[in-house]
Amino acid sequence: MSDKKLVEVRNLVKEFKVSSSMWKKSTSVVHAVSDVTFDIYQGETLALVGESGCGKSTLGRLILNLIEPTAGSVTFDGQNMQKLKPEDLRQLRRQMQLIFQDPYASLNPRWSIRDIVAEPLETFHVYKTKAETTKRVEELLKTCGIRPEFINRYPHQFSGGQRQRVGIARALALNPRLIVCDEPVSALDVSIQAQVLNLLGDLQQEMDLTYLFISHDLSVVRYLSDRVCVMFLGKICEIGTTKDVYESPLHPYTRFLLEAVPKPDPTKRKEDKDMLIGEIPSPVNPPSGCRFHTRCPFATEQCSKEEPVLHEVSAGRMAACHLVK
Amino acid sequence: MTEDKNKDFSQLKDTDPIISYEQEESAELTELNSTWDNIVNTFRHNHLALIGVVIIILIILAAVLAPVISAYDPYVQDLENKLAKPSAAHLLGTDAFGRDMLTRLFYGARNSLVIGLIPSIIAIVIGTVMGLMAGYLGKTADFIIMRIADICLSFPSLLLAMVIMYTLGASLLNLFIALSIINWGMTARTVRAETLQLREKEFVEAARSCGVKRSTIMFRHILPNCIPSLIVIFTLDIPSAIMEEASLSFLGVGAQPPEASWGLMVSENKDQLTRAPWVALIPGFAIMLLVLAFNFVGDGMRDALDPTLKE
Amino acid sequence: MEQHTDLLEIRGLKTHFFTKQGEVPAVDGVDIAIPQKSIVGLVGESGCGKSVTAMSIMHLVQHPGRIVAGQVLFNGDDLAVKSIREMNKIRGKDISMIFQEPMTSLNPVYTIGRQVSEAILLHQNVSKAEAKERTIEIFRKVGIPEPEKRYSSYPHQLSGGLRQRVMIGMAMVCNPQLMIADEPTTALDVTIEAQILHLMRQLQSEQGTSILMITHNLGVVAELCDEVYVMYAGKVMEHADVNELFAHPQHPYTFGLLNSIPDTSGTKSRLYTIRGMVPNLLKLPKGCRFCPRCEKAMKICTMQEPELQDLGNGHQARCFLFDKEVMGK
Repeated sequence: MSDKKLVEVRNLVKEFKVSSSMWKKSTSVVHAVSDVTFDIYQGETLALVGESGCGKSTLGRLILNLIEPTAGSVTFDGQNMQKLKPEDLRQLRRQMQLIFQDPYASLNPRWSIRDIVAEPLETFHVYKTKAETTKRVEELLKTCGIRPEFINRYPHQFSGGQRQRVGIARALALNPRLIVCDEPVSALDVSIQAQVLNLLGDLQQEMDLTYLFISHDLSVVRYLSDRVCVMFLGKICEIGTTKDVYESPLHPYTRFLLEAVPKPDPTKRKEDKDMLIGEIPSPVNPPSGCRFHTRCPFATEQCSKEEPVLHEVSAGRMAACHLVK
Repeated sequence: MTEDKNKDFSQLKDTDPIISYEQEESAELTELNSTWDNIVNTFRHNHLALIGVVIIILIILAAVLAPVISAYDPYVQDLENKLAKPSAAHLLGTDAFGRDMLTRLFYGARNSLVIGLIPSIIAIVIGTVMGLMAGYLGKTADFIIMRIADICLSFPSLLLAMVIMYTLGASLLNLFIALSIINWGMTARTVRAETLQLREKEFVEAARSCGVKRSTIMFRHILPNCIPSLIVIFTLDIPSAIMEEASLSFLGVGAQPPEASWGLMVSENKDQLTRAPWVALIPGFAIMLLVLAFNFVGDGMRDALDPTLKE
Repeated sequence: MEQHTDLLEIRGLKTHFFTKQGEVPAVDGVDIAIPQKSIVGLVGESGCGKSVTAMSIMHLVQHPGRIVAGQVLFNGDDLAVKSIREMNKIRGKDISMIFQEPMTSLNPVYTIGRQVSEAILLHQNVSKAEAKERTIEIFRKVGIPEPEKRYSSYPHQLSGGLRQRVMIGMAMVCNPQLMIADEPTTALDVTIEAQILHLMRQLQSEQGTSILMITHNLGVVAELCDEVYVMYAGKVMEHADVNELFAHPQHPYTFGLLNSIPDTSGTKSRLYTIRGMVPNLLKLPKGCRFCPRCEKAMKICTMQEPELQDLGNGHQARCFLFDKEVMGK
């Protein structure tokens, strides 16, 4: 992990309008991402964790510019993506790729895996001949643990874990610098998860990749990431190194989140007091003040009125909570 | 290498560790057969569909080989022999002009098939392109295209066809145009629905994240996934077109005499129902047979390609 | 443990699916015993047969599958041979089941209050007003806020966690002796999952219901269960008390599984992986089903299938490594 910043996110906002009917004047707004600011350093794995509605998937796609932000900016390698011309933006796309959650929906069932992995190469006309492209596809498949002889097979002939590997091969095709992994192992069996996680770790070392790892699974995140960013209802609660956040969480939400994970150790069962009560609020009507205050047992009056600002608590550690100085 | 393994293997004790054999990386895990396998499989089990295929093939052969297998010329009149009952000379009798029914049936098959197939193909092509655009290109395109489709669909189809034929004149080309216009709407709706579903799929998102053009996504990613539905629509559209042609000809705005068209044959001979019922009923029966056959095949295809019916 | 106090005893259950491609032995000789008032975990990856086992208990296996052998003894009474009418009396009353996705188990066009009341009216001879009272009571018990108001809510108006609570309420309302839970928390967020697991443990201790917990998540098993069965490719590979299983896993599969999961304490540097994939049940290897992926495979493992070996203290494992006859040679 170096000190060079690869991605800088500044005050990013994304709101979706959901209209309940064509004739209604007022439409509800989903506050998916609200005023998010952070950096991703070259060579690191930064994890985005949170539960449903926290906006982590939306944030991942905003960074790749697959969705237009409502406000704020994303800077990749010094270039402000909001200000680029379409053709330059398209070229910049080569440096960042996405790995998806669902191995069944992320590959076109009617395309052979050769075509699937070759698509990025062919879209950018990387090689002159079809044969060269095919050769590169074979190399990529091999790197990801798929036998190159299967290059002409179709996705339905592979298992979930293998399909995920094909998805990874596709993401690697253009030699990107940043890969956004959106829940890449959530849909896989436990024994296959381990294989794919090891593969992602190996690839990062070999190819000097930077990962933005989006997941709700805190155990997987602990294993793979250098820094963690905890999100709740569109806002960042806490950022810090993995070790710090897991061992001494600052924000109450982080603490409860870590406690809630069922641990594979029957001698360490949870007690009632460690549990978070209440439902997750909807991003359409986020609570006033601190968005977490309705679920927080430590909430004060200030918390219901004033939104806490993400501030630096110590070197590299930031939290957004009135109770954390 | 394997031979060495075998030699040592038999000499091992039960409890000696082995390097267990590598499973094939990709066992044939497929629960989903390819489209073609599904179709063949269904036809093996669905007898109605099989009968339908046989009937269609026979009718196609009759149409193609009409000049060869007909004993008579379909246009030559033999007024002394009109309305003859089925006999050895005329297997299905003769019509009001003394023309051989069987021959006219064979030649009529040509018209029915051509008129069944060509407008269907045109309608499907137009409908598919429109449906893809409506589904993928956003709310404005969707609104415009679907409202036009709604207009085409809300007119009673035959009425619309008749209006078109009267306006443009009764010719085969105009008949094709008319039939295409009234039929593209359903295809467009179905393809639009599939497009709306498919564009949310992650493989489309993956293509977009590579900067693939919209038209490429529509035609290379989404369209191939619509093919099962299109096959079903095609096989079920054809009988509609045949019926429409028959009706239009019956009403006088389709094929014109002395052409041999099944619909026209029913129309021309309807006055003879009391004296010589077979001249009107036989072509009617032929229409029914062809339409039924396509319906059976269409149902079979739909069952073959419907994923919810798979085990 | 005395045999006759077991609430549910599955003996030699075989449920096969007769597909066009062949006979799939989804459950192939499974023995499970669920004692009174306990929580038993059935854990395994996809395709191991755990869900099919649960469906077999409830007689819910659909064509082309059916139970081909074995007994399902509920309080000594064999469920496998009962008729549909007899099973209908038992389902929802003595044995109830909750599923992973409550949206598909709840009818979207009826209010949740009505659905739960109907469940009560079906099995108990009470008036409609009484049924409504009990429904509101059970909603309160499972932690649904404002239960009187929620009586007239529709499923789509509730969050995933609330819906799952409704399912649990519906399952508990007739005080069943056994509740089968098939991946009930897999689709839920982690903080909601913790609440639901806590609720289940609470209900179990208050009402003495036994729970058969089916899951692929070993953390959930450790959190909730008293004893655990590990399944692989249609057979039980290991069975032990929960503390024993996690502290001393014996079967190579269990061992591999426990070591391949990352945990929040971050003590692993590189994850152990079980190489290979789950076998195709239509083309099972000769010998032990786990052999192709097993690090400790021996020659005999490729030739014969091992039986469940008794390791003492209720701990059993299906592996030749513990077969004294074989190892003694």
